[in-house]
Amino acid sequence: MNKTLLPDPTAAVSARGLVKQYGDFRAVDGIDLDVRPGETFGFLGPNGAGKSTTIKMLCTLLEPTGGHAVVAGYDVVSQRGSVRQNIGLVFQDPTLDGYLSAAQNLKFHAELYGVPKSVVNTRMQQVMEMVGLWERKDARVDTFSGGMKRRLEIARGLLHSPRVLFLDEPTVGLDPQTRSSIWGYIEELKQREDITIFLTTHYMDEAEHCDRIAIMDQGRIVVLDTPAALKASVGKDRVQIGTRNDAAAIALLKERFDLDAEVNDGHVQFSVADGEEFVPNLFNNIDLGIRSVSVSRPSLDDVFMAYTGRTIRDAEQSATDKLRSSPLLAAGRRR
Amino acid sequence: MSIVPVSVVDDSRSHDLRGVKVVWQRELIRFGQDRMRIVTSLVQPVLYLFVLGTGLSTLTKGSVEGLSYRKIIFPGVLAMSTMFTAMFSSISIVWDREFGFLREMLVAPVRRGALVTGKALGGATTATIQGCIVLAMAGAVGIPYNPVLILVLLGEMLLLSFTMTAVGMVMAVRVKQIQSVMGLMQMITMPLLFLSGALFPLGGLPTWLRVVTRLNPLTYVVNPMRHIVFDHLNMSAELRNKITPPITWWGWHVPVGLQVLVVAVMGLLALAFATQQFNKAE
Repeated sequence: MNKTLLPDPTAAVSARGLVKQYGDFRAVDGIDLDVRPGETFGFLGPNGAGKSTTIKMLCTLLEPTGGHAVVAGYDVVSQRGSVRQNIGLVFQDPTLDGYLSAAQNLKFHAELYGVPKSVVNTRMQQVMEMVGLWERKDARVDTFSGGMKRRLEIARGLLHSPRVLFLDEPTVGLDPQTRSSIWGYIEELKQREDITIFLTTHYMDEAEHCDRIAIMDQGRIVVLDTPAALKASVGKDRVQIGTRNDAAAIALLKERFDLDAEVNDGHVQFSVADGEEFVPNLFNNIDLGIRSVSVSRPSLDDVFMAYTGRTIRDAEQSATDKLRSSPLLAAGRRR
Repeated sequence: MSIVPVSVVDDSRSHDLRGVKVVWQRELIRFGQDRMRIVTSLVQPVLYLFVLGTGLSTLTKGSVEGLSYRKIIFPGVLAMSTMFTAMFSSISIVWDREFGFLREMLVAPVRRGALVTGKALGGATTATIQGCIVLAMAGAVGIPYNPVLILVLLGEMLLLSFTMTAVGMVMAVRVKQIQSVMGLMQMITMPLLFLSGALFPLGGLPTWLRVVTRLNPLTYVVNPMRHIVFDHLNMSAELRNKITPPITWWGWHVPVGLQVLVVAVMGLLALAFATQQFNKAE
C-alpha cells in the first residue's frame, strides 16, 4: 500500500492516517487506503469495528480527528460541498419521505443536488428502470416493502451521477431473496454506470461481489486484498457428504485423495482448497455411496478469526462494552 | 440505453434557491395531504370565537358599548390560529429527523440556511392558508369582507407565520423527541397568546408583564390587525383606544411600519439562529 503522507488525488477514495477519537476511545485508528476508480471496494467487519465511522468521515458527515482523506479528488474537510456533489449515499436506515411518491422523493433529491432541469426526467426514468421501480413511480413510498425502499434509495443515490456511491450495509434487515435481488441490481449498475462503489457489509458471501475487501477490527484495517486471495489465505472449503457407510467412505477418501475426513453431525466432513471443483471428483467414485453433498466456504468468521484471533461475536461484544463505557461516544452515536 | 451525463452546475446561489423552493414545495404537498390537520386545527379558533366569545359576551352584558366580544377578539383569534399552525408546522423537522428524511437533506450539497428558509416559507404559506379559513368566518361575526381589510390581514398573517415558524424551528432543531417539542410548544404558545392583546387589552397589566408583552412578536401583529379591523367597524376613536391601546416604548407610540419591521427582524434573527443551531446539530 502507498504509505506516503498525503492522499492520492487520482484515486476515487484515498485516506492517509484517518483517525476519529471520542474522548479516550479511538473509533477509527489510523486508516490508509486507496480505492481505484471503477472499483467495487468492500469494508468488512463486526459492528463497532469503525466501518460506519470511517464511511461518515469519507462522506463529510463527521470531521476526522486526524489524518486526511480525498474523495473524487476533493478533500473531505476543506471541500465538503464538492465531495457531497460527487458522491451518492445509501444509509443503513431509510431516509425516504414515506408521504411522498417515489418520483417526488427523487425529484426532491434532483433539486437539492442541482441536477439540470433538462435531464431530470430522463435520468429519473433511467435510474428507476434500473431498479425495477418505474411502474411504481407514482405510488407513495410508505406502501413499499423494505426491499423496494432500499432499491429506491439506491436509485436516488445514483440520480445525480455521482462518481462514488457509498452503500452502508445495503442489504441489512432484508430477507435472503431480497438481498440477492439487491445484489443483482448492484451488479447491473456496475455494468451500466461509470462508477466506483464503496460498501460496508457483515457478510462474507456478499463480499464476493467486491473487487477488493478491507477487513476492519478495532478501528484498524487488519488486511486488504481480493476476496479470492483472502479466502485462499484462510484456507479451505468445508465439504460434508452424507453416505451409506461413513466408515468405508472415510477410508476411501484417505486412500484415493489423501484426505483426513471425520464424522460430524451425522455427515462425513473434510476440508479441501476449492470445494466446488472437488465435488465432481466425488462422483467419479461411485463406490463412496454418496447420498448428499454440501460445500461451505470459509465464512467471514473464519477469515476474521484467522486475522484477529477472535470470533466476530467476541469482537462485537467488546465494541458494545466500549460504547457503553464512553458517554461521549454514546452521545455522538445518537445523532 | 446510454447513460445520461449529469454535469452539475456550480452556481451556488441559484442552486441554493432551488433548495429553498423544493423544501417549500414539499411542505405544501405534505399540508395538502393532511386534510385531518386542516380540520382539527379549525376547532380551536371556532371554540374561542363562538364558545368563549359568546360566553364572555354574557358577562359584559352582550357587548362592550354596543360592540360584541366576538368582534373584539376576531383579529386576535385570527392571529392565534395562524401562530399555532406556524409553530406546529416547524415540528416537522423533528418528524423528519425521526424518520430519517432529515439526513437526506443534511447530506445534500446545499447550505443549511437554504433548508431552514424553505421550511420557514413553507410554514408561512401553510399557516396563512389555514388562517384564510378562519378569515372566511369574518361574516359570521359581523365583520365586512372589505378587499383592503382582507389584503392587510393577509399580509400580517404571512409575516406573523414566517416569524413564528422560524421561532418554532429554533426549538425543533435541537430537540430530538417529538413529545418534548410538543410540550415545549404548548408551554410557549399559550403565554404568547395571553400576553399579546389578542383576547383582552394590555393596558391593565403590571409593569413586569407589560415588558414581556413588548418582547412578544405576536403583540406587534395583533395590534395593527385589531386597528384595521376596527377601522372597518362603526366605533368611536375613544372606544378603539380603550380596547386596543397603542403600543408604546417608554411612552413613545410605536408606528405601524416599525411594528411590522420588528416582527420581520425577529423572524430573520430566529432564522439565523435556527440555521446556526442546525449547523451545530450535525
